[in-house]
Amino acid sequence: MSDTVIRVEGLGKKFKIGSQQPYHRFSELITGLGSAALNAPKRWLTAKPSTSQESPSENPNEFWALRDINFEVKQGDVVGIIGRNGAGKSTLLKILSRITEPTEGRFGIKGRVASLLEVGTGFHPELTGRENIYLSGSVLGMSRAEIKARFDEIVDFAGVDKFLDTPVKRYSSGMQVRLGFAVAAHLEPEILIVDEVLAVGDAEFQKKCLGKMGEVSKSGRTILFVSHNMGAMRQLCTTAILLKEGMIEIESNDVVNSIDCYFAKHDERSSNDLSLRKDRSGNGLVTIKNIAVRSKCSNKSISSGEDVVIECQLKAKTLSHFFLAIDIYNYLQYKVCQLNTEAATGRLIQSQRGEFTITFQLDALPLTQGKYTASVFIRANGDISDWIHNVHSFTVLEGDFYGTGRLPPDRQGDFYPRFQCTITSSQD
Amino acid sequence: MTTSSDEQDFRYYGVRPNWQWVDFTELWRYRELIWTFAVRDLKVRYRQTAVGAAWALIQPLMTMVVFGVLFGLLKSQPQASDVPYAVTSLAGLIPWQLFATTVTAATTSIVMNSNLVQKVYFPRIILPISAFIPSFVDFCIAMLMLIGLMIWFQIVPTWHIVFLPVMVVLVMITSLAFSLWLSALNAIYRDIQYVVPFLIQTGLLISPVVYETAAAIPPQWRWLYSLNPMVGPLEGFRWALLGLAPPSLISMSVSMAGMFLLLAGGMFYFRRMERFFSDRI
Repeated sequence: MSDTVIRVEGLGKKFKIGSQQPYHRFSELITGLGSAALNAPKRWLTAKPSTSQESPSENPNEFWALRDINFEVKQGDVVGIIGRNGAGKSTLLKILSRITEPTEGRFGIKGRVASLLEVGTGFHPELTGRENIYLSGSVLGMSRAEIKARFDEIVDFAGVDKFLDTPVKRYSSGMQVRLGFAVAAHLEPEILIVDEVLAVGDAEFQKKCLGKMGEVSKSGRTILFVSHNMGAMRQLCTTAILLKEGMIEIESNDVVNSIDCYFAKHDERSSNDLSLRKDRSGNGLVTIKNIAVRSKCSNKSISSGEDVVIECQLKAKTLSHFFLAIDIYNYLQYKVCQLNTEAATGRLIQSQRGEFTITFQLDALPLTQGKYTASVFIRANGDISDWIHNVHSFTVLEGDFYGTGRLPPDRQGDFYPRFQCTITSSQD
Repeated sequence: MTTSSDEQDFRYYGVRPNWQWVDFTELWRYRELIWTFAVRDLKVRYRQTAVGAAWALIQPLMTMVVFGVLFGLLKSQPQASDVPYAVTSLAGLIPWQLFATTVTAATTSIVMNSNLVQKVYFPRIILPISAFIPSFVDFCIAMLMLIGLMIWFQIVPTWHIVFLPVMVVLVMITSLAFSLWLSALNAIYRDIQYVVPFLIQTGLLISPVVYETAAAIPPQWRWLYSLNPMVGPLEGFRWALLGLAPPSLISMSVSMAGMFLLLAGGMFYFRRMERFFSDRI
């Protein structure tokens, strides 16, 4: 037990719904003071912590962003917190970094904590890069002496040495992000709490950040982080916590399995009637009503190497010229490929008003085993007409793509290319 | 519950009691941050203004001229002493300015730093505290001007001058007391930032700033007048610097008692409200 560094006991956070106003009215202060004065003697007499007085009855105007969260983190663990938007991930990080207070429960922490909930915390646009390094560093909990000692490293990491004495407001957004992360990366806390900072910056910089996080975790420090980058999760985390509607659904050392579960939750909604989906954009000239992915051989499952049919039911309001693109993402949310009718045929599809079906035929599906999700994009008469993410998800089972009678090795890339290999002797 | 020996290394955080004293040991650990915020605000202000530090002189000078002309036109006598009006009014205006700018800056300090309050932990009380440092810099600059004027008018301070730092500290503590209340209130009820300029304006008139108490306030009303916690420190400031009439013991003790009540209340109130800052800001 001696290496536990974070202990969370029955944590919960309640918010009031409907208080759209960011602040309260003055009249509430007056009434609030009055009732506080009336209640004070009672509270002193009972002398209980205020939580236990709360009745468990559900108030419709309240909403629990987190409820009954219990877990422990050991030193050196890298804990990834996953879950949909609104599952309570950020609230949990905010409570653990003491920015906001829980409504019930408590948590214990051993060691120095630094939390990175945004890149460039504390930056002031009017100040120079140099001044902002000191500013952000001390806001994040470094002492002046520590910043001084690491100053050159920070500048080096960010790659902004030419612009050190330029106000940060003149930096490109990329430079600001780099400088912000550089400061944060040189914090040396025992526990690091990170929220989504990897979502910004270009690919090369993201790689650098991941490398730095890996380095930090190898040095035996504990990291808690939230990200939608499942690749990073898989690479870094030793434990995953899957949150759903404010509760812990899975806490497991099998990170891959937890990620699969997370995407399995996404599947539940995606086979329904698409006309009910609200999370779409576009002018609605041509819309998608239904999408189905099936194998030509069997109706249930799809395997690598099988011939596959994708059927899209569309509806057009008027005569239109359009193209349809289906993006296919793998389980890490990386786009694997796009099926684009215009790119494949060289022209737009012309349609009359009404409903019709477009069928894609893929011979010998080259995707490897795994879960995939699709999103659909339709551009009609020059404007975005319909665009839905996560429109459908499907699982590809392992299959004998190359027709050798054996299954190819598991999880080796996203697709199987067709290729020839010949042997030529190198002796002259 | 585990009872292992490493339990003592754990720091537990949960639901805090409603009323709590300020955690001074934690505040001491964060002392560098107070300075960091103050330096940031000073730098930003001087970088964005054309004349920078000169504003510290222009504001009290202009106020002095306006009131000097006004009293002249009204043919009223704001003074009981024979010190030149420029000197006696500046000796009121400069400490008043320290109070006014501190309170104004502190009131909006939580709201102005709302992005920080929502993204990183530090004792929130640092924000209103650090708001007083830039005002204190202005105060020092303005004091140089006042000392220059005294040399010009050949006014020699008496031994009372040893009490001047005490009076400055009293002004600062009063400012801090108001700052704590108003910054916490403003984070929750944004009405406060509209009330504060009015409060400052009224305060200027009901405190011995542009006039001397002895010249303006009838003796039978002095007790009511000294309920204003700024009366004692301001009278004391003139007494220490210029050797004018000493502040009455009553007004001084009333001021100080009121001030310490306000300060202690402000600390409790701030600690109570700071829990809601990040959720409601």
